Amino acid sequence: MAMLETEVRDGVDRETIETVQAMAGKYKYGWETEIEMDYAPKGLSEDIVRLISSKNEEPQWMLDWRLEAYRRWLKMTEPTWAMVNYPVIDYQDQYYYAKPKSMAVKPKSLDEVDPKLLATYAKLGIPLKEQALLAGVEAPEGERRVAVDAVFDSVSLGTTFKAELAKAGVIFCSISEAIKEHPDLIRQYIGSVVPQSDNFFATLNSAVFSDGSFVYIPPGTRCPMELSTYFRINAENTGQFERTLIIADKGSYVSYLEGCTAPKRDTHQLHAAVVELVILEDAEIKYSTVQNWYPGDENGKGGIYNFVTKRADCRGDRAKVMWTQVETGSAITWKYPSCILRGEGSQGEFYSIAIANNAQQADTGTKMIHLGKNTKSRIVSKGISAGRAQNTYRGLVSIHPKAKNSRNYTQCDSLLIGDKCGAHTVPYIEVKNNSSRVEHEATTSKVDEDQLFYCRSRGMDEEEAVALVVNGFCKEVLQALPMEFAMEAQSLVAISLEGSVG
Amino acid sequence: MALALAKTEALNARIARHSLQKGGWLGAARAGALARLGAMGMPVKRDEYWRYTDPSSLTVANAPIAALFDAGDEPPAYGAIDRLKITFVDGVFDPAASDDLTLSGVTIERLALAGKADIHWARDLFGLLEERGQTPVERPLATMSTAFATDGVLIRATGKVTKPISLIYEHKSETSDAILHHCIKVEQGADVTILENGPAAARLTMVMEVEVAEGGSFHHIRTQGRDHERRAATHIFARLASDALFKSFTVTANGRLTRNDVVVELIGHDAAAHIAGACVGDGDFHHDDTIFITHAGERCESRQVFKKVLKNGAVGVFQGKILVRQGAQKTDGYQISQALLLDDDSQFLAKPELEIYADDVKCSHGSTSGAIDDGALFYLRSRGVPLKEAQSLMVLAFLAEAIEEIHDEAIAEDVRERLRNWLVRHEK
Repeated sequence: MAMLETEVRDGVDRETIETVQAMAGKYKYGWETEIEMDYAPKGLSEDIVRLISSKNEEPQWMLDWRLEAYRRWLKMTEPTWAMVNYPVIDYQDQYYYAKPKSMAVKPKSLDEVDPKLLATYAKLGIPLKEQALLAGVEAPEGERRVAVDAVFDSVSLGTTFKAELAKAGVIFCSISEAIKEHPDLIRQYIGSVVPQSDNFFATLNSAVFSDGSFVYIPPGTRCPMELSTYFRINAENTGQFERTLIIADKGSYVSYLEGCTAPKRDTHQLHAAVVELVILEDAEIKYSTVQNWYPGDENGKGGIYNFVTKRADCRGDRAKVMWTQVETGSAITWKYPSCILRGEGSQGEFYSIAIANNAQQADTGTKMIHLGKNTKSRIVSKGISAGRAQNTYRGLVSIHPKAKNSRNYTQCDSLLIGDKCGAHTVPYIEVKNNSSRVEHEATTSKVDEDQLFYCRSRGMDEEEAVALVVNGFCKEVLQALPMEFAMEAQSLVAISLEGSVG
Repeated sequence: MALALAKTEALNARIARHSLQKGGWLGAARAGALARLGAMGMPVKRDEYWRYTDPSSLTVANAPIAALFDAGDEPPAYGAIDRLKITFVDGVFDPAASDDLTLSGVTIERLALAGKADIHWARDLFGLLEERGQTPVERPLATMSTAFATDGVLIRATGKVTKPISLIYEHKSETSDAILHHCIKVEQGADVTILENGPAAARLTMVMEVEVAEGGSFHHIRTQGRDHERRAATHIFARLASDALFKSFTVTANGRLTRNDVVVELIGHDAAAHIAGACVGDGDFHHDDTIFITHAGERCESRQVFKKVLKNGAVGVFQGKILVRQGAQKTDGYQISQALLLDDDSQFLAKPELEIYADDVKCSHGSTSGAIDDGALFYLRSRGVPLKEAQSLMVLAFLAEAIEEIHDEAIAEDVRERLRNWLVRHEK
């Protein structure tokens, strides 16, 4: 095993290295739900695109849109500029649609959903029940309610708190449902932020996306609860291609959470998602992600290939968007949640923690495109590498000539744990007027020995100490997460670093 | 494929007027370079490495016509400094304007003459550092210089060289297209200072290869400018052994297009490389600093300090990268790139990169862009400093961190004086 060859540095216990080996591959969500699935034939063709469209009972315009994307995709080549290495993906060796058999007839409510599926989410700790609250029992103090859309492989199982959200005028449903029930909104906005031709993976998604979430917040509405989508890949050799579209109309606000996990498997699985956010005048979207797809084992066997296109378009004046991401999973991460700051005085923020351990490779960052006057953006990125992992921050800050008086502040810090990993920073900075101020700072360092020593002198073991120091390093990002997520993310940071000391 | 074809066609056109000189140790090196060049072709704007600078005027067959420039009553660079002068006019050695090439502690030869011998120390250096510098990104213009340079100097410092060696490049023909290639070897414990100044030609393609042995010191101060119409693509490739010191500072004032590549490899331990630049541009000015530093040895230090003052649509580019290889522990890498935009038409484009494979390192980079601080300006004016003067003070203060990298105060003062004059001339 590769780990045995790890050179032991001064002051590092042989025992620690052994712990690393014992710990590697420990992934809490790696189990699988045994359930009968209904697959589309393997491979990708126009027929598969038609099949997915017909499974979702889509109107003709949607199918035409998909087919146009598919034809474009055939002419595109996979990008190679990211600092990630992986064997060539055979796009014909994948299933593009997998649906639990019990979902053949769409359940009217979550109560009708196969208990096995519900149990899956219970085991993941995702509450799909709203009974307690509906029955009028008071929630414990401080506990906020979260409406959930549960996506299992290619389909959405159902969405909680729909009725209550509808009362506020909020639409929260699966995107397949929205295509049928709110075609005007979909036609107006889908592909308007991430066009079909955007990039290889987004175009693939445009052709074969099977489900995802749709949110519309009407003008002047503050969404009464947090919304969340939980993605679970379960079926083998199946790619998940979900598409999320969130529209925050004038003066509205929503906080949206996204989580994802997958079973342990020896083969790589593909996940190519598209997220589009449209933010109109004075509206605000807070989008938080805890990405915990299966990262593969300590030798890089298995794991999810995560190729995601996320973009927010601040169309109205004073629109505001905040991306927060905690990236701990996936064998490969290729993800750049971006902000187009079109409206005057609009604001974009990006907070990211990317942790890569063992053989993981992450190439992630953001783009801040300042088009409007007085626009502001802030980037705080913390990358942590351990084991033999490679972690890259890649970002663009572009200030257009017309974006007078704009402001950007970027801070990227990298932390290296061990001498076999890598940390890289690739920022692009393009400033085209002088009334704007742009600042970029980046540092790379190792875990501070003094801080570690202090923690250990207080009786912590080495791993606890590293987790604490790393949490401190990530504090600025963790603070930007909604409460529930912050707690989960903090423990995630610790888990991902278990066994990485040395 | 179409791209590769375009690159090859551009190359064939670009080198059509140059002939490969055969014979001697140099002939072999040139043939090798031509073979490598053939595989690369000329750079094009679509290359990631030329993202912010359009190379077409550097790669077209004929050098774009560059009007001659009259510096007026401005004193020549380094006028007050005792130095050994070597002059090239449009890329051709001018013996009348050059000093005798003997100086204690160093041997100086012309490439055109020394290349004919069968054996020469430069054989183990010429084109080799350039070739090493071709990964991870190709620099075909440097390879072209290895293959086709018409002249250059071979300098071997064996002790402490008593005065700076000054390379003066004059531009006297509107269509000159110069290709030069220098090799400098600093032996163990030796110490040499190289000064460069002048526009050289309508178009200049140049390489300087520098090898610094254990405990050796290399100092380099370059004044590029003031000619407005010239174009230049320069490259420095350096390799440092243990305890070696490499310092290079460039001041650029005007020039339609300047691309300065500096590629430094820190092979030994405890070596230091400092690379700095101050540039001032007004109007149709494009200036690109592309730096690549590789830390391969332990406890090495590198500093990159680049400052750009831009106005009336001038464009400043900085692409800087620090690569820390596995095992290069205790590396201390620092990089700062800053632009002061004096009006709304100017642009600053930067790509400051870090690529790190060792854990016990301290690396940082910073990049900022903005206008003159109104608060500070207001303060100076409230103290009775006139607006123009206050602005000049602020600009010089902004450039100071880069100029501080010059080891010799007399030379630093010469550079400052040059910048002050530029500011007076470009007050509008």
